[in-house]
Amino acid sequence: MRVRIDPVLCQGHQMCAILAPELFGADDEGYGVVLGDGEVPPDHEVAARKAWSSCPEGAVIVEEQS
Amino acid sequence: MTTTDPAASPVTDPVADYDIFAPDFVADPYPTYAEIRDQCPVAHTDRHGGSWLPTTYEAVRDIAKDIDTFSSRDILVFPRPALPEGASYADVGAPPISSDPPVHQWARKLILPFFAPGAVRRYEEGTRALCHRLIDDFIDTGQADVGTAYAQQIPVRVIAALLGVDDTRSDEFVGWVRALLEQGHLDPEGRLAAREELLRFFEGEIADRRAHPRTDDLITELVTAEVGGEPVPDVHIIGTCNLMLIAGIDTTWSAIGSSLWHLAQHPEHRHQLRDDPEVWPFAIEELLRAYAPVTMARVVTEDTEYAGCPMGEGDKVLMAFPAANRDPEVFEDPDTVKLDREGNRHLAFGSGIHRCAGSNLARLELRVATQVFLERIPDFELVDPDAVTWAGGQVRGPRVCEVRFDPRGA
Repeated sequence: MRVRIDPVLCQGHQMCAILAPELFGADDEGYGVVLGDGEVPPDHEVAARKAWSSCPEGAVIVEEQS
Repeated sequence: MTTTDPAASPVTDPVADYDIFAPDFVADPYPTYAEIRDQCPVAHTDRHGGSWLPTTYEAVRDIAKDIDTFSSRDILVFPRPALPEGASYADVGAPPISSDPPVHQWARKLILPFFAPGAVRRYEEGTRALCHRLIDDFIDTGQADVGTAYAQQIPVRVIAALLGVDDTRSDEFVGWVRALLEQGHLDPEGRLAAREELLRFFEGEIADRRAHPRTDDLITELVTAEVGGEPVPDVHIIGTCNLMLIAGIDTTWSAIGSSLWHLAQHPEHRHQLRDDPEVWPFAIEELLRAYAPVTMARVVTEDTEYAGCPMGEGDKVLMAFPAANRDPEVFEDPDTVKLDREGNRHLAFGSGIHRCAGSNLARLELRVATQVFLERIPDFELVDPDAVTWAGGQVRGPRVCEVRFDPRGA
């Protein structure tokens, strides 16, 4: 699984950083950023889906890989 | 103190004639939002200057995102009275919340670094100490008005610290904010007088920071900032300081108050917060969803139609974020507070480019205020649920909220 943030959609709600702090953080202006390379360790997949389902702007993108 | 107009005629059809200042609506707006939502997504009223009221999540979000059709140049729910001849700062707003692009972009960029999650952490320790001091003052009595003696006292001092202004003037700031946001529709002269005092106060603070720059306050930051190689105009700085007061005080005060009002009535939630530290981040968002305090306004820039409603240029639209947050299409069992709710895409802080810039600070204050209260006073209950008073309109939250508890909790 991979995650990314659409910077055009992100308005800095921080839901991703609150719900999946291992995967997301904030830049100097408070907009969401992916920490690391966006690859989601298996034990953080649940958190990644929570971040996706909680983003009010639909800016968190989760790519499931086979 | 009341924020409602007792002389107003009763509402029989909220879809065509809602009254956001009606006492029963202020005390509990959610049944009315649901009644409207069941019939059509957007209601209309001729009261208070006329306005449209979107009540579904989809409608509120659509309108928040359509910044070309729905301008933020007037974000106050109740129209400002005409300024007297010669009034100062006729054009002052509360940028960036009151700005449309292109000013909005640089005005927001100017303040965002102050409110990033890392930046607001510097206020945590001071907020915690403040909460303890406030509780010290009433814990021995076994009873307190947590609206006035606790919730009201916290955000105003945090904002004073952020601005670098003297927090002994907190009561004055609270007075200005109430005159502007809570009582303005009943007392237009008081509203204008508060506006004038507030603007003069910040004029003085700005002159002071020019003469004696400091290291770590927002006003110094604004007077030394440059945009496109030019200093930021004074009228803009005053407007942004104005924003800190009107957006940073009774909003968070209301969120803290509503959360304590809720917890006073839900021992199971107090116990859940005590026993499960991991529920806190979810719980804060859920309390924000369920008791979102803020309704902002927009102004229609050209004749348009939304959801079959013909909106005319100049019409006002009230962004009922509290209603969006109770939309059953988006939130399962929306009127029930579930502290561990997942998929909580709430709009308590708005949506789109005007989403609250101070949300990380607001969350910090709400979390610390609630944590410290529960730590010191694990169990408490409302003295009289019917005696709780609420402010409504632009910002909804309890004002007088007496609770009783075992003083031995100390």
